[in-house]
Amino acid sequence: MKNRLLFAILLCLPVFASSAETKVSERVLGNGLKVLVKEDHRSPVVVSQVWYKVGSSYEPGGITGISHMLEHMMFKGTDKHPPGEFSRIIAENGGDENAFTGQDYTAYFQTMEKSRLEVSFELEADRMRNLNLLDEELKKELQVVTEERRMRTDDKPRAKMQEYFMAMAHTNSPYKNPVIGWPADIASYTVEDLQAWYQRWYAPNNATLVVVGDVEPKAVFKLAEKYFAPLKPSEIKPLKPRTEVEQIGVRRMTIKLPAKLPYIIMGYKVPSLKTAEQEWEAYALEVLAGVLDGGNSARLASELVRGKQIAVSAGAGYDLTSRLSDLFVLEATPAQGKTVEDLESALMEEVTKLQNELISKEELQRIKAQVLASDVYERDSMFYQAMQLGMTETVGLGWQKVDEYVDKVNQVTAEQVREVARKYLIKDRLNIAYLEPQPINENKVSPTTQGEHDAR
Amino acid sequence: MRASLISLVFLLFSQTVWSAAKIEHWQTAQGSRVYYVQTEGLPMADIQVAFDAGSARDGAQLGIAALTSALLDTGAGDWNADEIAQRFESVGAVVGSGISDDMAWVSLRTLTDQKLFDKALETLQAILTRPAFNEADFQREKSRTLAALKQREESPAQIARIAFYKAIYGDHPYAHPSDGIIETVSGFNADDLREFYRKYYVAANAIVVIVGDLNRKQAEQTAERLVADLPAGQKPEPLPEVTMPLKATQRHTDFPSSQTHVLAGMPGTYRKDDDYFDLFVGNHILGGAVLVSRLFNEIREKRGLAYSASSSFMPMFRKGPFVMSLQTRNDQTQEALEVLNKTLQEFIEKGPTETELTAAQKNITGGFAMRFDTNKELVNYVAMIGFYELPLDYLDTFQQKVEQVTAASIRDAFKRRIDPQLLQTVTVGGNQAKSEK
Repeated sequence: MKNRLLFAILLCLPVFASSAETKVSERVLGNGLKVLVKEDHRSPVVVSQVWYKVGSSYEPGGITGISHMLEHMMFKGTDKHPPGEFSRIIAENGGDENAFTGQDYTAYFQTMEKSRLEVSFELEADRMRNLNLLDEELKKELQVVTEERRMRTDDKPRAKMQEYFMAMAHTNSPYKNPVIGWPADIASYTVEDLQAWYQRWYAPNNATLVVVGDVEPKAVFKLAEKYFAPLKPSEIKPLKPRTEVEQIGVRRMTIKLPAKLPYIIMGYKVPSLKTAEQEWEAYALEVLAGVLDGGNSARLASELVRGKQIAVSAGAGYDLTSRLSDLFVLEATPAQGKTVEDLESALMEEVTKLQNELISKEELQRIKAQVLASDVYERDSMFYQAMQLGMTETVGLGWQKVDEYVDKVNQVTAEQVREVARKYLIKDRLNIAYLEPQPINENKVSPTTQGEHDAR
Repeated sequence: MRASLISLVFLLFSQTVWSAAKIEHWQTAQGSRVYYVQTEGLPMADIQVAFDAGSARDGAQLGIAALTSALLDTGAGDWNADEIAQRFESVGAVVGSGISDDMAWVSLRTLTDQKLFDKALETLQAILTRPAFNEADFQREKSRTLAALKQREESPAQIARIAFYKAIYGDHPYAHPSDGIIETVSGFNADDLREFYRKYYVAANAIVVIVGDLNRKQAEQTAERLVADLPAGQKPEPLPEVTMPLKATQRHTDFPSSQTHVLAGMPGTYRKDDDYFDLFVGNHILGGAVLVSRLFNEIREKRGLAYSASSSFMPMFRKGPFVMSLQTRNDQTQEALEVLNKTLQEFIEKGPTETELTAAQKNITGGFAMRFDTNKELVNYVAMIGFYELPLDYLDTFQQKVEQVTAASIRDAFKRRIDPQLLQTVTVGGNQAKSEK
């Protein structure tokens, strides 16, 4: 009976009906640990994530990247579980695990068959307060992180360009520093640095535990109580604001690196949902990003890649959920015979259009349809659902923002999109970087041992 | 005691019940094989149509399969690229296409609300059965591909991958990069693509995979509708067998990077291989498992030589690659290579310990549910089962087959299949003598 009714509603409004079904249960333990549980009974699996309010935007100069380094060291053992044990136990229980660090968060996760949730809680609770930071382990792991930096950034021209670009665009905002840290800082971490960072931020009252899966909230709260409640809270001193100063004119830079194709990045200083004077501005910027790059029918693909054929690829990006104000980014690779200057004018033209003309009804409808659909698709993944809750909570927006998202995007009007374009996508807020490719040495192939390659 | 017994029984019970992702299978009137799994809870469906039309079918026209696939949604039936994109995106549908060595596919993720679904399906049907291959679209996509091929040369990882495939496959159709090479792609014309499409995008060479909130009847209609306008055609001849290299080789390519990328391996296993589970579980111990494998321990945990160090088997229709890989600071390359080779050698000679085997089996079977706990993953598993014509109970028997593997059977399989005397090693990076540190 109830199902039939639901089905009837689904036919006209599939997405609203289903989004009403999702519920998050919240409980804060006595020591300040916030626990969020979302039920998803589609398969006998559970995702557990511990989110700490610390990331590269918390770091002072000289120790940039230390949040990421500490993330690596979190696998190096406690008194109860020597180095390597954590991962061995999770693996033996059929778990997938890892961790990730961003500008505003450090998070650890396990995905397990639902009956193993306790295994994850026991280990995470232990390393929240009892990590052993040893000099010999740090020495090795420092090498690993240095290799990680080489792989992710140093040997990738566009990643390296991105790093320089962020450093130029931000004057005093900590977003100027790469998450992985500057090379000289990475080379100089000491055990004392890491110990101090761990003491300062790793505490139940600076963390959120997110559980999504085939579980009952009450049982999860009970289990969380058992393992996490005994942990002592810390006094967490508030972060200094480090609010970015106003930009007062366009900034440009040229990056010369061995590469094959030129490339341009343009970034306007814009507020996030957290920093916007009025919330709708952030949602309007989100829609604006969709107008430019929300699929193959969006303007950049349709106008620049196909229409004018000036770019082989072009994109736009905006992160609604950053803790501090960041950039609205446009980026593109020129087509054969075109230059980054051509792209700059073409991208500027798109921006001007957004400032002068209202976006069409069809575009707005398309974006809203996509947002509604993604809201369903995203629920195919427990991991993603947990990510959204953890991230919004950790940057200080509150997880309720996840549930509001579809409605808020739906309320955005064409006039509001034009208004944010006029207010924020202006030259005084603009930063531009050009990649100027340098020759890559001719590849020399040489058989180094056992003679020439004629085997077959 | 009693409680733990009960929970154990419950655990086994619940897994057995759940693991049966029931795959239903039939053929369309035109002779395309259909694979369907009904999932409930979300009003959405994932659809894939796959053809034996991957880059292994390129012949001398390296890259033709990839470019043909890229052209499909740039014009079809009465619609141009903008209209096709608008039709999908206005209903929130996401369309994709791509190729591997073996396979070309078009995928659709859509809501199942009738009106939205119908519009998405009608558009999908057009790009599958009536692609236009217009000259203007062709020229544009070709030059985009050429730019991507050029950009590939910025990446030591991609240069290494290309050199590795060449080293292990020689003249086999698996040897070249799927996107082709500049020399061949620049010579294509639109008729070449039309011809490739006519030959391979036919009903007899297609499978349709449907996973989602559709009942059997809806799934039947969907499949029928999608491929009804394809000519029946015929399946291409099976790909030739892979010949093993005759001896070990090692080749280096200079590149101005701070790390050297190392790949070492040889042709490994194929989809219907009797040794598959021995090799799969064995490799899990050697270098497949995340954060706990032997290679990870030796290269990263003990010596800090690399961020990632792993090995994998990629089973294909014929022997896909067995590859061990790492990236390390240029001057550490020799040391890393020695550890890599020694770790492999030891594993082949002695096989895994009982403790390692038990841990690996527990990891794989304990995490079995997570391999396809999303429709997205499930549709890929079902497509793999359908495309390679594996038994429909492949997922149901998977855990059992993992548990049947023994230390002795792993050792035996590796001894027969992975001969270090045939190892192909590729390095791409900067000067190995000079330390930059």
